Parts: sequence; C-alpha cells; structure tokens
Amino acid sequence: MVAIDERGYYGEFGGAYIPEMLYANIEELRQNYLEIMREPAFEREFRALLKDYVGRPTPLYLAKRLSEHYGARIYLKREDLNHTGAHKINNTVGQILLANRLGKKRIIAETGAGQHGVATATVCALAGLQCIVYMGAVDIRRQAPNVARMRMLGAEVRPAISGSQTLKDATNEAIRDWINNPEDTHYIIGSVVGPHPYPDMVARFQSVISEEIRWQLSGQAGRENPDIIVACVGGGSNAAGAFYHFLDEESVRLVAVEAAGLGIHSGESAATSVLGTKGIIHGSRTLLMQTPDGQIVEPYSISAGLDYPGIGPLHAHLIATGRAEAASITDDEALAAGYFLSRKEGIIPALETAHAFAALDKISYRPDDIIIVNLSGRGDKDLDTYINHYERFQKAGL
Amino acid sequence: MNRIQQLFARQQRDILNIYFTAGYPGLDDTERIILALDKAGASLIELGMPYSDPLADGPTIQQSSQVALKNGMTLQLLFEQAKAARKRSEIPIVLMGYFNQVMQYGEQRFFNHCVEAGIDGLILPDLPLYEYERSYQSMISQAGLSISFLITPQTPEARIRKVDELSQGFVYMVADSSITGAKSGIADRQLAYFERVDKLGLKNPRLIGFGISNRETFELACRYASGAIIGSAFIKALSAAADVEQAALDFVRGIRGSARPV
Repeated sequence: MVAIDERGYYGEFGGAYIPEMLYANIEELRQNYLEIMREPAFEREFRALLKDYVGRPTPLYLAKRLSEHYGARIYLKREDLNHTGAHKINNTVGQILLANRLGKKRIIAETGAGQHGVATATVCALAGLQCIVYMGAVDIRRQAPNVARMRMLGAEVRPAISGSQTLKDATNEAIRDWINNPEDTHYIIGSVVGPHPYPDMVARFQSVISEEIRWQLSGQAGRENPDIIVACVGGGSNAAGAFYHFLDEESVRLVAVEAAGLGIHSGESAATSVLGTKGIIHGSRTLLMQTPDGQIVEPYSISAGLDYPGIGPLHAHLIATGRAEAASITDDEALAAGYFLSRKEGIIPALETAHAFAALDKISYRPDDIIIVNLSGRGDKDLDTYINHYERFQKAGL
Repeated sequence: MNRIQQLFARQQRDILNIYFTAGYPGLDDTERIILALDKAGASLIELGMPYSDPLADGPTIQQSSQVALKNGMTLQLLFEQAKAARKRSEIPIVLMGYFNQVMQYGEQRFFNHCVEAGIDGLILPDLPLYEYERSYQSMISQAGLSISFLITPQTPEARIRKVDELSQGFVYMVADSSITGAKSGIADRQLAYFERVDKLGLKNPRLIGFGISNRETFELACRYASGAIIGSAFIKALSAAADVEQAALDFVRGIRGSARPV
C-alpha cells in the first residue's frame, strides 16, 4: 500500500526538514489539515466551489483521432477546462478555505509557469485576501500573459532574482517571506513538494482528478481502472491527483513524464528521476538534482512548470519502488507533441502537458489498452513559445 | 570538554560570536579571517558552509554563499582551511550549514572530518529535532561535537525545554522570526521574549542572533543572554574591505568598544 506516515514519510521520502522559524506554522498546519479537510462544512464548501466556480467535473474525453493514430483507447482528462486553465486551482481553492479557517489574512505563493500564481491570485480575489506571488525573474519574462493576469486579479508579483531565477528560487523567496511573517500568513504551495504536510495536503486536494476519472471511466468504458495513466511531473501535483485513487490498484500503470530539456545528459535538463539523487530540497527528503557536494543544480526546461530540480516525495517513492515508470521528454519532442495534438484534436495543450503527450511515443502498450492522459493545462500562456518555434518545425516537416 | 564548553565554563557574559561564510570574499581568506577575529577579541566563530539554497539566510549571506561557491569553495577545502587555522588558534569554531550538505558528504564521515579539522560544534538549522534524535544524536555526541538548536519568539515553552535538553554548548536564540540581516534594532516585544526565556532557567547559555549588527544591539543582547551572534553586518564589512584582516579587527573593535572583556 502507498501510504504516508505520521511524520510525512512515503517510505524513505518526505519529512519536514525546516528551520525552527517555520516550525510553528508547519506544526499548526500539520495538526489541523486533516481535521479541517474532514469537516462536513469544509467538504461541502470545497465541493460547491469546485462545481460552481471551477467548473468541475472536468470532462473525460475519448480522443478518437489520437486513439486511431496510436492504436489504443486514449482518454483525455480535461483539466485544461478548469477555471484559470489548469489543474492548479483544485489545490488553491482547498488551501484558501483552509487558510480562512486558520484565521490567516495574507497569502503568499510561488509560481513557475504562472498557472499556480494565477490560481492563487484568483482564489485570493474570491476570498478578499492579500496575495503576494513570488516568481523567478526569468519566468516573469517568458510567461508575461500570466504575470499580467495575476496583477489584474489584484496580486503583487515579486521577482525572485537569486540563483537561476526560476521556480526553485521563487520557492526559496516564498519560504523566506513566511519566515519573516510568522503569524498572519499562509503559504499556498502549488505542488506536492515542500515539508510535510504539504505533499499530502496538495495531493488530497488534487485527488478529485482521479476520483472523477474512476466514475467517468466506469460510465464510458464499463470499468473503473484504466490500464495506463500518463501525467507530466515537475513537482508533481497533477500527476499526484491523477494517480491518487489508483495508487493501490497494481494493474494500473502510472507514467510520470519529466522534462529532459535539451537532452537528459546535455547539462540542460530537469529529468530528476534519472539525474537526481537522494537529498533535501525545500524541506523534503526526496530525489533532486545536485552536485556531489550537495549544491542544488540549476535545472532547465522549455516549460517553466517543469523547470524544477526535485520531485515530490510521493513520486520519488513511486519511482524508487517501481510503482511508477518515468519517461523523459525533450523540449523539441514536447513542442512536436503540442503541435500534433492541436491538429489532431483541436486542443492546444500547455507546454508542460505537451510532455505527457510526447510520452505516448515512448511507452509500451497493448492495442486495446485504455490510456488516460491528464491534460493538465491549456496552452494559451505558451503561445509565444509555440509561435517562435513553429516555422522551424514546419520546415523540418514535423 | 570541547572548546565551546570550555569557553562557557570560564565566561558566561559578553560572548561575541561572529559568523562569516567560508571562502568569502576570497577563496583563501578563511584562515586569515579566523585568525584576525581571534586576535581582535571575538569569543567564538560561526563558520558558514556556503550553500546554493540557504533557506534560513537573507540576501547578504546568500550572496556571500554564491560568491564563495563561484570561488570554488567545497567542504573538503573548508575542512583543510579550518585545520590550518586550528594550528594557529584555539578559538572555538562552530560550523553552520544545511543538512543536505551533510547528507551528501556522508553523515559519519562529515562528523569525523569536523573533529579532525578542529571544529567544535554544529548549527544545522534545517535538521529537525525529531530526525536528530532518531538518527544523529549518538553519532554527534560520540564525536564530541556540540550542537546548537534554535528557538524563536513563536517556540512554545515545552519545545524550548526540549531544545535546551538536546543542545550542547549553547542555545541559538533567534531574536525575531526573521531571516538573517533583515531587520535592524530590537523592538520592545523582542525584549519581552528575551526576558521570558531568561526566566526559564535553561541549562545551556543562550546566544542571541538575527538583527544584531552593532555595538548598541550587541550590548543590549548581552543584558539578556550570554552574548550574541553577528553575521550579515560582518559580511557587509568584509564585502567592502580592501584588507579583510584589518576589516575583521576594526569590526570586532567597533562591537567590543572599550569594554572588551578578558
């Protein structure tokens, strides 16, 4: 059974390696999150917002042309149709309700692609709470539309200018902010990373994805369990949500797709399960990319949401125990998959999600297999990148 | 007794602990700065192991870590530099760093090399008490190293007592819940916290860190604890210095003033 223990460990991964300055906040969360999430009133409010505000359930769509192309039954879980355009809002809706119950007045968040930042800014507007989003200076440049959206929603976007100026550094800055504001602030982490209880809490909020897949697939295909679930993994929140209710269903293959950047061994990559070793990042014992001296390596991916040098402890555990398979996809493979899906199904996926689609070319499957691809986000935010590379791909006939 | 324990056995007041990052500003400055700080009258040195992601440190120390890493600083080099300094000085040295560095070096090997290099104690801010007790307490105490855990204004009394029980040498008292170098001066509510902890009668001496930057704040801290830790202010002094030894001498003299204890 895949389970988390009292101290936040999935097997040997997890825990809470935090400085004492964060202890009071993390402990408050640890002691309360399960109790709050299990309150019937909380559950009702959360479900109502997911339905009426986010637009859930999201469709489970049998992609006919894609299925024909690959010779399998491929269903797309349409998280891209959520309000704000990605799965991220499932978690932020949950955490904003939790922050309210803990009496917090100020919300901070980190963001990579900007999807989590937008989802946080959105729920802060909804709840009337102050919102500060930390974002790497590099990401601010490559995700300009999302920066504008966050500001329009009333959030302050603060650039993280340390390190590689991407998601890792934005996370560091958000943690520092929390250390400096220990009493009135809640930190909405956007992925299944960070100290316990974040990985478990975020996975639970995202688990609505696999909960819906089960009954939707049962209705459409006559069985609850698919054969394969494919999801992209940066920190791993959409994958955690898509895998959650199948973790103990051994017949369901779980495929975690990472960003290989310019190639796994090019030095410009974010393929943590291949390049990573055991260590600590952002308060969690997990797999991360680091030097032999323990310095965290700057990752690279064309997709800001996958440009992270670690993976959540749940995924580290799933991969280490063989429960999940990892696949690595380069920038160009992801772009090609993005263009392909656009033409085949009329859906422009987020670049992160495009990595999951590219993995369909890499994994083994049988002709009748039911494969679910978690379509975690839509590609509007990535149009500039898609457009910039489009000509090159056309010329190459890809 | 290691050098930290010996220090507190003979002196319970006006302890000046100066932090700096090994390999900063120049790769070979570590030994020079240690010796100059000793000569100038620092009581204790907190030597920082430069780290790529120092979560509990502010921009000044983070920047110094980046420079040190760019200079080529490694843990192996740090141990060599500390060993060289130890041949010429008996000042107690506490190593401060993040636990991932210790893990990658190999925990037992790390503790052994600390001892061989003449390091006396450790501050590992992201090593939780629970993990320490479960896996590392016996290794560290068998090596004869001290370890100091942190308390903050938000730490409840029962936990302060636990920190006191597990710490050896001294307890690191975070003046405010802030990252290093972020605040200047000491507010009334901090004084209330200093007094509250002072009355608990802990077994360990306390050193106050975070926000201590000059003679005035040092002396204030010394009224409520055995002494204080200064980091960011000293890093700033080093970054502006043409001569790091002179900068260290001037800095410590500026803090100690005329009231330099024996």
